[in-house]
Amino acid sequence: MKKPEPVQVIKKRRDEALADLVGGIPYIGFLGVTFERRGDELTATLPYGEHLVGNPILPALHGGAVGAFLEIAAQIELGWQIYWPQFEAGATGPKLIPKTIDFTVDYLRSGLPRDAYARAVVNRSGRRFASVHVEAWQDNRTKLFAQATGHFLMPQIEA
Amino acid sequence: MNDTDKKAMIARQFIAAIPHSRALDMRVDTVHSGRAELSLPYNERFVGDPESGVLHGGVVTALLDTAMGTAVVSHPQSMGGTATIDLRIDYMRSATKGQRLRAEAECYRVTRSVAFVRATAYDESDEPVAAAAGAFTVEGAKG
Repeated sequence: MKKPEPVQVIKKRRDEALADLVGGIPYIGFLGVTFERRGDELTATLPYGEHLVGNPILPALHGGAVGAFLEIAAQIELGWQIYWPQFEAGATGPKLIPKTIDFTVDYLRSGLPRDAYARAVVNRSGRRFASVHVEAWQDNRTKLFAQATGHFLMPQIEA
Repeated sequence: MNDTDKKAMIARQFIAAIPHSRALDMRVDTVHSGRAELSLPYNERFVGDPESGVLHGGVVTALLDTAMGTAVVSHPQSMGGTATIDLRIDYMRSATKGQRLRAEAECYRVTRSVAFVRATAYDESDEPVAAAAGAFTVEGAKG
């Protein structure tokens, strides 16, 4: 029987694969979005920053910043799932990011001036299209402040 | 100053006071009773696909959302600020690398509580980059 891979080797490989996928996109860095990984589960964080504010009187996060955060979380989750088998096989190199076809954001409550979190679920991923749902919260996991559904064009990967 | 000019001025101040719009270097090009045109310059920090250098969809979303909010605030029946209830964006094509991004928004219907808005985003050509439809809150509407 083959000996299982040491846990540090697996972790290092997966963390590097995730960093490669996320790190190549400048706008993710501009907004300050980061990703945390548990196995293959990803959680996106949007750390609060003054540059994200849309209403300085309340204050509240900008609808555009919230929408962008959700779109990033959905896009990375989908990319992560598409490339997971390649990552596990040890493949590296640039990855094609799924293109957004449409994106619908539901603003449930105003975004408070603190960190926000998001997790996305790929409801359907076919040969050409994928449908992804994403939920975002701040203080309480069960009290969503925004959610969204988007359709994406699958990157055509050479087999 | 007449009512429309006052509204336009308020709308400009509304954008100037938004940190996120400033961070993206947005500019109000025109604003007039329920219609607004905003734009932002190309910036390498806003890129979504490093291979092609095109802007991230989130930048397009932010510009459309702000243009739509500005259109609401400038509408004769709206008396205060606004917040997005729902926003749908269709991405038709990527914005061309290096070109300004422009959004035209029209608030075509206002009820006591809700404003209905549509918008289109372009780069420096006349072919649309993205289209949006949204519902926004109305504060202190007349009648």
